[in-house]
Amino acid sequence: MNDLILVILLAGVVVLSTATAFTRDPGRQALVYGGYGLVLGVTMVALQAPDVALSQIAVGAAIVPLIVVLTVTKVNRVLEQHRRARERR
Amino acid sequence: MPDALIAWLPYAVAGWVLLVGCIGIVTSNNYVHAVVCLGVVQSATYLLLLAIGWSPHATAPVFADTSTKAKVVDPVVQAMTLTDVVVGATVTALLLALTVQLAKQHGTINPDEVRSLERDQEDE
Amino acid sequence: MSTRLAGRLVLLALGVAGVAAVLVVGFGALPHFGDVSHGYGVRAVAASLSHRTANAVGSVTFDQRAFDTMGEELIMFAAATSAVMLLRRMRDEDEDEAEFGYGGEDVVGALRLTGTAFLPVTLLVGCYVIAHGHLTPGGGFQGGVVLATGMHLAYLAGDYKVLERLRPSSLLDIVESGAVAGYLAVGLIGLGLTGSFLANWVPLGSFGDLLSAGTVPVLNGLVGIEVGAALVLLVARFLDQALLIRGEGEDA
Repeated sequence: MNDLILVILLAGVVVLSTATAFTRDPGRQALVYGGYGLVLGVTMVALQAPDVALSQIAVGAAIVPLIVVLTVTKVNRVLEQHRRARERR
Repeated sequence: MPDALIAWLPYAVAGWVLLVGCIGIVTSNNYVHAVVCLGVVQSATYLLLLAIGWSPHATAPVFADTSTKAKVVDPVVQAMTLTDVVVGATVTALLLALTVQLAKQHGTINPDEVRSLERDQEDE
Repeated sequence: MSTRLAGRLVLLALGVAGVAAVLVVGFGALPHFGDVSHGYGVRAVAASLSHRTANAVGSVTFDQRAFDTMGEELIMFAAATSAVMLLRRMRDEDEDEAEFGYGGEDVVGALRLTGTAFLPVTLLVGCYVIAHGHLTPGGGFQGGVVLATGMHLAYLAGDYKVLERLRPSSLLDIVESGAVAGYLAVGLIGLGLTGSFLANWVPLGSFGDLLSAGTVPVLNGLVGIEVGAALVLLVARFLDQALLIRGEGEDA
């Protein structure tokens, strides 16, 4: 039974990691990465590592998607400004 | 569940995640996308370390409510992975700060379009 | 497909195949999953129990490999400081405080209520996780992240001004550096008292008590403060850049 749970979680890890790498838009990729972090955290609990799972879920599902989305917001605005400056020239 | 399957599956998954992350970085056309793929590559090592530390019928190495004679998994690899997770996120933040600076200076975050500083100053 | 892109993909395929071959050979030589006998693990658990630490992972992190954790903490400090410095407001940018229109009215009532109600609870849970790091799963790193993330519930609840008042930047800078210095001080006191850096010099107490395991809860607290402060400052810079700071010609 434990083996079955571990196999299902590892399959989830494979699917979500592939999805994260191949989602081109960084804004959407942040959300997929958050989901991947969550499934990885549950896998860590299945591997009897609650400390690490706590770290992983707090960091991978909360902090990293937050700063990625903030970066994307800022970068899009900066690139828009550059584009308009180039058109004016 | 055949024993042979479970004997190598976690290591194979760790290897797959590592390679898929690398493919994501190389085929990327956006630096923010590449930084998140780098995070995926790092997570492959977490999985590998924890898989090495695992033992069947063993519990977590915390003795708050388990007897001190119980069989537990390896705490050393967990200690390594735990600090790695948090520090990896901070390094990701540093890379994203560099990406923001790059966008401000060069007007692009496509790795193929970013050339040396001299070319940029020629355009000015 | 341009030749440069095709060449890059061919090189990628070769690289992936090579690394995959190395991994297969390497993992094939490993013992089967679960078959490993952990020499270090058995001894680490025994050492942890001899120092009356209920959480063996906490003991390994802050007692047996405390020097390594100090290195990791310094990496975190350096990376967070560098990122904060990179994202500072430049000379040709200005920060529009007055025009920042995201206030309480823009947020759905339920979100505002939940965020405001959960903020003190989350901060308390963060402090709990840090304080009980030597007894249950948790510790400085995890609790610090929970604290930093919890602070931003104030932002979600629509009160960016409250969040700004809750995180005075200069105070957090001093607190963060003070926590790193405190970690080093604990190590140096250990060096002075017993002759080895970061030795466990605080009285060990009895197994399972809140005041047990010697220096482990002390170092947990210091690391928790440092991680929490570093992450709050870091996310603050990202929020400022995304919401407040405008370069020339940028608009909302």
